Amino acid sequence: MAKRIDVSGLNAYYGTFRAVEDISMTVEPRSVTAFIGPSGCGKSTFLRTLNRMHEVIPGARVEGKVMLDDENLYGGGVDPVAVRRTVGMVFQRPNPFPTMSIRENVAAGLRLNGVRNKKVIDEAVERSLMGANLWNEVKDRLDRPGAGLSGGQQQRLCIARAIAVEPQVLLMDEPCSALDPISTLAIEDLIGQLKERFTIVIVTHNMQQAARVSDRTAFFNLAAVGQPGRLIEIDATEKIFSNPSVQATEDYISGRFG
Amino acid sequence: MSTSLTQRPAPLGNTKLTQRRLPGWTPAAAAVVAIALGSGIGLAFDISSRLQWGLMAVIIFVAGMYALSAGVEGRRQAKDRLATSLVWAAFILAVLPLFGLIWFTVAKGIGVINANFLTHSMNGVLATDTNGGLYHALIGSLEQVGLATAFAAPVGILTAVYLVEYGRGRLRSAVTFFVDVMTGVPSIVAGLFVLSLWIMILNMPFTGFAGAIALAILMLPTVVRSTEEMLKLVPNELREASLALGVPKWLTVIRIVLPTALGGIVTGVMLAIARVAGETAPVLLLVFGFDGINANPFSGAQSNLPLYVYQQYSLGTDASQARAWGGALVLIVVVMLLNLVARGIARWKAPKAAR
Repeated sequence: MAKRIDVSGLNAYYGTFRAVEDISMTVEPRSVTAFIGPSGCGKSTFLRTLNRMHEVIPGARVEGKVMLDDENLYGGGVDPVAVRRTVGMVFQRPNPFPTMSIRENVAAGLRLNGVRNKKVIDEAVERSLMGANLWNEVKDRLDRPGAGLSGGQQQRLCIARAIAVEPQVLLMDEPCSALDPISTLAIEDLIGQLKERFTIVIVTHNMQQAARVSDRTAFFNLAAVGQPGRLIEIDATEKIFSNPSVQATEDYISGRFG
Repeated sequence: MSTSLTQRPAPLGNTKLTQRRLPGWTPAAAAVVAIALGSGIGLAFDISSRLQWGLMAVIIFVAGMYALSAGVEGRRQAKDRLATSLVWAAFILAVLPLFGLIWFTVAKGIGVINANFLTHSMNGVLATDTNGGLYHALIGSLEQVGLATAFAAPVGILTAVYLVEYGRGRLRSAVTFFVDVMTGVPSIVAGLFVLSLWIMILNMPFTGFAGAIALAILMLPTVVRSTEEMLKLVPNELREASLALGVPKWLTVIRIVLPTALGGIVTGVMLAIARVAGETAPVLLLVFGFDGINANPFSGAQSNLPLYVYQQYSLGTDASQARAWGGALVLIVVVMLLNLVARGIARWKAPKAAR
């Protein structure tokens, strides 16, 4: 069920401003790919082009090709809604739906996509919460509001919600940046388990985290403020953190930049 | 280097952390003294208006608290006391008329309220008779406001959804502009508009429905504006979370955005209802006032509570003026009941945050 992503010649714009320039890379299935780089270098923007969430922002558009196995996400006749069902996303800040209980939050993707069968939904809720390592903490209070959980639990609830619709790829945009170290550890462990089933792409500012959880790491940088962000290099994580091919990568990782 | 270190500026003011404070009962005591002084001056100078007594007491209270605090506690605390006492004075000035209005209406209106008053019309009742009631006006009010809401609430909410979720460019600015213009339309103008278009040009009869159209025109901008503000408060993360689950945009709006904003939307609609429930002018022009019971808003003249109050009061007899106060009281109670029901619904459906 996990799919390979093949990006070629991708540019992303906000109005006339080019935020990301000419990116080509391959994301391997059943692995974790981490994006690192300074703020404003286009990591999140690029991540959002992988499930067509970029164009949700008014004036934003994308040029180039994103192949999911053999389908171009930006080809003619592609429905962005169908793309987002295939490529799920977890956001920086936990964002459970405030009007819904824990159970309804996890079931939201299925429910809103027309699944009515209660048995199917209940099974999916249990499976997804177990998959997100949250089941034991919430199984006795599934009907309590999702917004009443702690920050780390809310983020795992959001992961459960994202995997409940059985996507092929899971995009995570700094999923731990609002969490304490213990919740972060819980989510990192979870990422390790989820990569057995999904292709995972994670944006992170925490280089130790990238080194801990990812198989491959991509380094993004920008020449100057106001310039578009670019992919500097992508390689196996050990290689990026021990012996990168580009000097800029080594400078960034070792804390010498600018 | 060492010389500049010795030239440190002296610490600002007192370095002690404890200062002289006025005891906690001072404001209450000052208020009592101020009221006594205000009344005393009023009596001494033979000022008849109790309002002026009160105003003098307020001024004495604010000035006295400032002077007292400046003397005992120092200038900074005195400014704090001044701001606090001004806020209290403003609060009392705002609340007094409200309580006065409710007390007055209840005192004058409660006398005529009984089962007969609530279940009978004014058909064949003379101005000087003490029987008669407002059943016809109550029915008219509920039907007209209900019809107006049934029209204005969906249209207004959908307009706000368009403005916040879909609108771009020229059309969006045009809609916003016309909603702003509509906000300023006086109710009599809305009434005249419906009168000339619906009744004179289209040749329709005077009915409760014609009044409902004018009321809906008056409700629309309030509903649009308040709904728009509430939809803007829904965090964008929720929309994105829903879209990222592969939920289409229209379904995101219906199932995520609107329920999250429901409490505020209901409050906005209630404000609009409360506003038009008290409108007299368009009703006077379009519904025409009929003393008998007519439960059909689509045919024949009806009455309406504000119109009933106006008519009864202008008849000028003791009995009719008592009925007018009774009508006013019923109007307040009806609006309040609607408000409570709406708040109940909003609370029941509100975001289930951690309480």
